[in-house]
Amino acid sequence: MSDALLEVENLRVSFPSPRGERVEVVRGVSFRVGRERLGIVGESGSGKSITGRAILRLIRPPGRVTADRLAFRGRNLLDLSDTAMREVRGAGISMVMQDPKFSLNPVIRVGDQIAEALVTHERRPSREVRRRVIEMLQAVRIDDPERVARLYPHQLSGGMGQRVMIAMMLIARPDLLIADEPTSALDVSVQAQVLDIVDALVRDEGMGLIFISHDLDLVSSYCDRILVMHRGEIVEECAAGRLREARHPYTRGLLAAVPRLDDTREELPVLDRRAMGGT
Amino acid sequence: MTLDAPARGLEPASADRSGSAGRGAARLARSLAAVAASVFATFLGLLAITFFIGRVVPIDPVIAVVGDRAPKDVYEATRIALGLDRPLVEQFARYCLAVLSGDLGTSISTGNRVVDDLRHVFPATLEMATIGIVIGVGLGVPMGVWAAARQGSWIDQVIRVAGLLGYAVPAFWLGLVGLAVFYARLKWVGGPGRLDIAYDGLIEPVTGLLLVDSLLAGETEIFANALWHLALPCSVLGFFSLAYIARMTRSFLLDQLSQEFVVTARVKGVPEWKVVWKHAFRPILIPLVTVIGLSYAGLLEGSVMIETIFSWPGIGNYLTTALLNADMNAVLGATLVIGAVFIGINKLSDILYRVLDPRAA
Repeated sequence: MSDALLEVENLRVSFPSPRGERVEVVRGVSFRVGRERLGIVGESGSGKSITGRAILRLIRPPGRVTADRLAFRGRNLLDLSDTAMREVRGAGISMVMQDPKFSLNPVIRVGDQIAEALVTHERRPSREVRRRVIEMLQAVRIDDPERVARLYPHQLSGGMGQRVMIAMMLIARPDLLIADEPTSALDVSVQAQVLDIVDALVRDEGMGLIFISHDLDLVSSYCDRILVMHRGEIVEECAAGRLREARHPYTRGLLAAVPRLDDTREELPVLDRRAMGGT
Repeated sequence: MTLDAPARGLEPASADRSGSAGRGAARLARSLAAVAASVFATFLGLLAITFFIGRVVPIDPVIAVVGDRAPKDVYEATRIALGLDRPLVEQFARYCLAVLSGDLGTSISTGNRVVDDLRHVFPATLEMATIGIVIGVGLGVPMGVWAAARQGSWIDQVIRVAGLLGYAVPAFWLGLVGLAVFYARLKWVGGPGRLDIAYDGLIEPVTGLLLVDSLLAGETEIFANALWHLALPCSVLGFFSLAYIARMTRSFLLDQLSQEFVVTARVKGVPEWKVVWKHAFRPILIPLVTVIGLSYAGLLEGSVMIETIFSWPGIGNYLTTALLNADMNAVLGATLVIGAVFIGINKLSDILYRVLDPRAA
């Protein structure tokens, strides 16, 4: 794949433990993303969110990030100065986070928060910025964008908040969007709406998407390719349609634990961790 | 509004906005009325407390007037003249009316009306406290932010140690050492008192604040002298409030810096100084207002130690002298002023919350 947006080779992230030694939470992860939709699944603590944050260099000391290669459009992100890295953030790679209740600033109007994402990267007359904010809110299917732009985050529902978040992260037209559990904090009924919006915008702009989730079904229906992470490592990589053919015992275990509508099983199987040589 | 809407046709939002501004004004008026009502109620409570203290303390106001050797009939006549034979409710009503008309009685130790005394001593404290809190906020807030933004670095350690010193060092010691070094030895600052004796009484008090009055009178020399005298006590007070404010700012900000919305700001590519000063700092303004308000109120109460060491004719000094002389009118008057200051500052911070916190409206 020559048109890779992001190349990750042997990415490792470690944190010091209270006892002094360092604990690796991401252990040598390698993958590439082009203008496609890549899903990363795994249980909580598997290192999938940390991987997403490490790509944006958001791991702060005492956390430590190393990689043989962490390149975005050919530039090694780990070599960039802080200023150069800030240009990549938002305009090159951006990230939709989990819960809009916590990820939006409570004392700044949402319109201003969205505008800031654009203004940080492009100097533009304020009229035009305003117009772009309204357009962006329309793009995430908010009916009354002028009114919503003047609201504060606590006046929004979860679904609305997450749409605002998406508008904010896409307004500077990044090439790659990391969506870190973007729907986990939302009602099931709103999840599909929000994901459809992300999906449509990513396709229209021809962006790359890294969709991080613990939800196998969701990931397999919105992604082209899937990585399965377990204890800081990628244990399986497959096309979304061929997930049922997965071979790794962890993936098989996860799949077996998914309830189905036509289920006749008395009991849902749980993961047999001994089979994976794990904890 | 509907008439000029077509003229602004391009921006229908603006018509909408002026409408919401009108509603905002009405809401502001309503909340101001609510604040005024609660200030009044609190003040009434304060009056009840000072009145009650006046009745409970074992000082007989009649004896304070006639002396303890007065014959019984003189004593009785004075008692009736003072209205002390009336029911308590009536006495309280009279007291409230007297206070509202500005009559706090006469001080037995100074022989002046308490109101006039207070008009003299409170501005002295106000001047010192205000400059003190300006120093405390002006240096303390940036120091706290700086320390939090570089948590664990040497600068954080220095600021934390300085803050700890502010807690640990007694005010009187710092004041005395300050006088010994900067006044007696180096002669960088003025000594005790508000002015050099040569300038005393030259300025007609208008506001009672020497810095303001001297400028009003066009006396720059006196202005400079007053500033020279204020420098040391204000620095000491400033240091103490700085220590507290910097500590609180640091801990509030650290709390905000670990929030997800700070990560959001970084993801957008916002520069780090802006992440700190805009995204993390704005939310802490709300608790910070409380901290600053309380320290200011504490300073206005009059730092007795500092006022004693610097022979400052402020309210702390006045109250202490009055207490030692069992001068009840003066004590109650000063208590009333201090209580009123607390009420005022608390209400002011309530109003500021509403402005600063969109969730409070």
